[in-house]
Amino acid sequence: MGIDSLKRALWIYHVNTGSCNGCDIEIVASLTPRYDIERFGIKLVGSPRHADVLLVTGPVTRQMEPRLRRVYAQTPDPKVVIVVGNCGADGDVFHESYNLVGPIDQIIPVDVYVHGCPPRPEAIIDGVVKAWLKLEGATTKETT
Amino acid sequence: MIALLLGPIGVAIVGSVVGLFYLGVDRRLVARMQARVGPPLVQPFRDVGKLMMKESIIPNGALRWLFQFSPVMCVMGSATLLLYIPLFGQPALFEGSGDAILLIYLLTVPSIALVAGGFASSSPYATVGAQREMVLMIGYEFPLSVTVVSIAWRILQVTDANAFAFSSMAQYPIWDLVGPLGLVGTLLLLVSLISVTPGELGRIPFDLAEAETELAGGLLVEYSGRNLALFYLGNAIRGFAVLSLVVALFFPYGIAAGIGVTSTVLAVIIDGAFFLVKVLLVMFVAVALVRSAMARFKINQASVFYLMIMTMVSLVGLLLIWADMML
Ligand code: SF4
Repeated sequence: MGIDSLKRALWIYHVNTGSCNGCDIEIVASLTPRYDIERFGIKLVGSPRHADVLLVTGPVTRQMEPRLRRVYAQTPDPKVVIVVGNCGADGDVFHESYNLVGPIDQIIPVDVYVHGCPPRPEAIIDGVVKAWLKLEGATTKETT
Repeated sequence: MIALLLGPIGVAIVGSVVGLFYLGVDRRLVARMQARVGPPLVQPFRDVGKLMMKESIIPNGALRWLFQFSPVMCVMGSATLLLYIPLFGQPALFEGSGDAILLIYLLTVPSIALVAGGFASSSPYATVGAQREMVLMIGYEFPLSVTVVSIAWRILQVTDANAFAFSSMAQYPIWDLVGPLGLVGTLLLLVSLISVTPGELGRIPFDLAEAETELAGGLLVEYSGRNLALFYLGNAIRGFAVLSLVVALFFPYGIAAGIGVTSTVLAVIIDGAFFLVKVLLVMFVAVALVRSAMARFKINQASVFYLMIMTMVSLVGLLLIWADMML
């Protein structure tokens, strides 16, 4: 139990805040036999209540902003937020749009950025590993 | 008195460990059939451990006591099932005090706990999920009862003892009683019971109450942390119980006596291991194979499947066994 079980059983909820779907397809690709992230106990879940990790894609449109805040609030602690794709980090190809309130770190705290447009599945898995380290820090702080 | 207290607790603990283990085996098997490596066998234990240390959120609109009570009821209801089913080649713990009829009623308790929890969480997704679970329950009840009743009826023809008791079913395995016609009938009953298993467990193709893609987790959408862990555990125990029920109804054989083992201790160990293998085989056919080969049914397809097709199959099985007896 303890941190080890948390590290090895991350459940992921995927939030699309207006992405072009490129990043989302790469996330799904990491579930396929080639990358198979279920090996590490990582599972995509359908509800933020079940999640440990929020994978956020897209540049946050005006409509999505309150929803993103709510999804973040609905996720039980301890949790980490991973931004997948350049969109969430700086707006990427959409950065001039009138309809954006992002990037994501203006709205919810972000722990890990995965860059790329879209990032490769390897990069997403690497981001999840970085999130492990973050969680480790968070829980040891809590217990001490 | 102490045995009466400790027995059920022991059975519950053994049931959760074995149930979680089978869950891991199932995930691994499905992964292999999809050409993936799959999670390690201990993954379900890690999942439960992780959920235990997460925050348990109770939504504002929820009915607090029912929301928190339903997961406990699910675990207790599932563990109660194990008390009346013969496990590890041994008679059930409460063999004398309950039979297959009681078990059919008890089987609904975990489902009712899920439904109550779903309604109590006051989320529209959970409500739809709860309604689907109820429809499904009505559906699979009928083939399940017909199967149990047909087997018991055939056993009643050869003995005066309570034919619904699992001890009589173990004493007169149904395959040994029937002729060629009845053999076909028994096979049909087996098919209908195996089709009931994934519905009973809420697995693909009957996972529409939890449907992740359309209902975002359905019944369990609002559950998190400890409460979710209890549901997870309850489902694992129930899975083990339902698979053991299939074994008890259709494959109540032991091999220890057959291969000439005389020492009691050794016989108990061998029969226990053989029981685990039987459960594994039933799980492979009824859960893992079906799960990786099929997609989710719609709710109308699922109820037509159970209420029309599988009910017909089991009734034909009953008729064939009856005809076999009369001819
Ligand atoms: S980062 Fe690129 S691929 Fe990803 S959502 Fe934005 S535009 Fe699409």
